[in-house]
Amino acid sequence: MLTILFWVISAVMLASAVCVVAFRNPVNSAMSLVVSFLALAALFVTLDAYFIGIIQILVYAGAVMVLFLFIIMLLDLKAEARRSLNIAALTGGLAVLGGFVVLLIQVIKTLPAAQQNFPALARTGYSDVADVGMTLFSGYNLPFQVIGVLLLVATVGVVILSRRSLR
Amino acid sequence: MLTLGHYLLVSGLLFSIGLAGVLLRRNLLIIFMGLELMLNAANLSLVAFARHGVTTLGLPDYNAQVLVFFIITVAAAEVAVGLAIIVALYRLRQTTHVEDLDKMKF
Repeated sequence: MLTILFWVISAVMLASAVCVVAFRNPVNSAMSLVVSFLALAALFVTLDAYFIGIIQILVYAGAVMVLFLFIIMLLDLKAEARRSLNIAALTGGLAVLGGFVVLLIQVIKTLPAAQQNFPALARTGYSDVADVGMTLFSGYNLPFQVIGVLLLVATVGVVILSRRSLR
Repeated sequence: MLTLGHYLLVSGLLFSIGLAGVLLRRNLLIIFMGLELMLNAANLSLVAFARHGVTTLGLPDYNAQVLVFFIITVAAAEVAVGLAIIVALYRLRQTTHVEDLDKMKF
């Protein structure tokens, strides 16, 4: 059952990721990206990472994608006009990509841990928010504070960047 | 049965699709979406390793999940700043096509 679910969800995720790259209209790309993120959240849940799955939906499918759609509307982008493709750049890109995929499959084949089944958990179907929270606040308290400062700096930076008279 | 290799393969494929978006597309927004796909692929492999490296208590390795939490936060900040830069660029040049942005070309 889980295996079938894994393949279906992965197929949806990869297909919509291909659509993100292939569509010419940025709005279509953004919508495919939402589907891809939702499928990824489902994959997180199949890995017993419930908290991360919820965060993925809230932050990516919620906040980030709304931001993307707002910017697309703000820029008033039309579907990209067909331009003559640069053949050298295209073949170069595809060659890099093919090499990367071949290398990746070789590495996964030779990695001993990749052939093992996932070990059983002591308890299943429980909420892991408390466990993630304990790890976050006991082991990673300083990075957590720094992340807060980073978000503040990003907010201030965005306000400065979007002023009318940017010099 | 599902193994770690399945998840790593899917994660790697997602990464290469994102890389394809960055290498082959020339609209800044689509390039940015490709970057997001690559970040998410890294997250997927981290969560898969967290599930694989079960601790002595029989729980997933939550250190990796906390790292994913941080990556998602930094990615959200990065998206906000990056899109603000794209909007500022669009105001200046009326384009988001990378080939029209050659002011700094040597």
